[in-house]
Amino acid sequence: MPQYYEPQFECASRDEMHAIQSRRLSEMVERCYNKVPFYRRKFDEMGIKPGDIRSIDDLQKLPFTYKQDLRDNYPYGLFACGRDELQRIHASSGTTGKQTVVGYTQNDLDVWARSVARGLVSIGGKKSDFVHVSYGYGLFTGGLGLHYGAEKLGATTIPVSSGNTKRQVQIMQDFGSDILCCTPSYAIFIGETIRDMGIDPKSLPLRAGVFGAEPWTEGMRKQIESLLAIKAYDIYGLSEIAGPGVACECEYQNGMHIQEDFFYPEIIDPDTEEVLPYGQYGELVFTCIGKEALPLIRYRTRDICKLDNSPCACGRTTIRMAKPQGRSDDMLIIRGVNVFPSQVEHVLLSLGMEPNYQLVVDRINNLDRMEVQVEMSDAMFSDTVRDLETVERKIAEELHSTLNITAKVRLLEPHSIPRSEGKAKRVIDNRHI
Amino acid sequence: MQIKQLSVFVENKSGRLAEITETLAKANVDIRAISIADTSDFGILRLIVDRPEAAVEALRKENMTVSLTTVIAIGITDQPGEFAKAMRVLADASVGIEYMYAFISRDKNKAYVLLRVDDNNRAVECLQAAGIEILTAEEIHGM
Repeated sequence: MPQYYEPQFECASRDEMHAIQSRRLSEMVERCYNKVPFYRRKFDEMGIKPGDIRSIDDLQKLPFTYKQDLRDNYPYGLFACGRDELQRIHASSGTTGKQTVVGYTQNDLDVWARSVARGLVSIGGKKSDFVHVSYGYGLFTGGLGLHYGAEKLGATTIPVSSGNTKRQVQIMQDFGSDILCCTPSYAIFIGETIRDMGIDPKSLPLRAGVFGAEPWTEGMRKQIESLLAIKAYDIYGLSEIAGPGVACECEYQNGMHIQEDFFYPEIIDPDTEEVLPYGQYGELVFTCIGKEALPLIRYRTRDICKLDNSPCACGRTTIRMAKPQGRSDDMLIIRGVNVFPSQVEHVLLSLGMEPNYQLVVDRINNLDRMEVQVEMSDAMFSDTVRDLETVERKIAEELHSTLNITAKVRLLEPHSIPRSEGKAKRVIDNRHI
Repeated sequence: MQIKQLSVFVENKSGRLAEITETLAKANVDIRAISIADTSDFGILRLIVDRPEAAVEALRKENMTVSLTTVIAIGITDQPGEFAKAMRVLADASVGIEYMYAFISRDKNKAYVLLRVDDNNRAVECLQAAGIEILTAEEIHGM
């Protein structure tokens, strides 16, 4: 029997949802126009008045917001509230440039915590659970996002933060953690540590995990589920929109339910900027219709995914998003061919190999060269050079036939690719382009 | 008859062999014979040691990829033509050799050759029939 945290929103009829979204959008547009000079200028340039936006169907009249706009207005230029109303600041890690600063009012923090609480309930979380938060605490939204969401639900939060993996395992064992929250690569690292410590994962009370903040694949899900003996669920979010919890899978693991009464999703063609129908892949765009401090309009996430409006067995009526297929900004162009690291991962998984890999790209004599480094596993190892060269050749051939790229494959010793305790670094691009 | 050989995956990085053999030294494992097959990127280190299981455990603890492979060992007199004779026996019996390596004993004027072949039983059979000494695991590991 599925449980809901706020069924009046999660299971609202489409008409009810449309009404909520329309009302919140017009309030938000009013706020943006009156309080954010950046938006007022844009609206004026386009000849739009807040009164023109009466329904969520009018959203397409509004301009997009880009990450660059946040950088150009660093740090607080896009905030739509005063200091008195502001309650908290977070900032993104800034892997691709200057960090982005986001702010929250008390109401925003509540919206965010409710979103996370809804997600936790949808994966079977309940008040009696111990929620083990191994996301980093601090400016990164992962730790505090899950923390306050679990508290909002009424569960018991164990704020472990990331790092000191053996201690994490000890805490799971001694404190009886039921639900783990961290990045998927760290979940694998914890799972490997449990194995290395000689602990049977089935002996731990842990039964589920919500993992996000970096791209991961179905293969990693299987790896996590087997290493930790749990069900692994996908949670989605980005600090610009709120943080983790913008969308989360339910127990059916069939796409992530978007909390669309707060975060209105669109999929657009990134080139033509046209809105695409449900089911088509394109760039995910969010409008923060439930937020006060940083109410972004049509924010371009750069995540490539698709939306699904078909009914879900869990009874929620909200739109679901597929796992992003990559980000347009981790896309590599190797001799003119677009390559997503997740595609390389997919090739390794299709060959029955563990997805412990790294891409190293160099430009030698004006030619791009990609090396795919793959960690050796017991299953891949053979005693003869010939067999290992066959493994390398098989990977190279598969990369060529599925991705149309020529890559040198290099086998590495196990554990030689750094396992960060946060996001796994999949690409080393030495070209600096 | 069949000897357990350690095979270790080694990246071509300077200092790696020192680290691996130091790990074995710490586990008090004695090396009887050693050989390395290499390509430009990686190598496979092959070792005959006195305590193979202990060696595997010590290396795995250091996150190394290691496997145990079965090889055979022959003992021949250290004089011209003896090795050729053994090779002829295997060739005539159509036994394929994947790789091999040899060491000379401290005494008895003997040489020992470790062989990985495609058919251990057949190799042992034909070598013994030709009067060539096959060493037992005890003899090699306890040497």
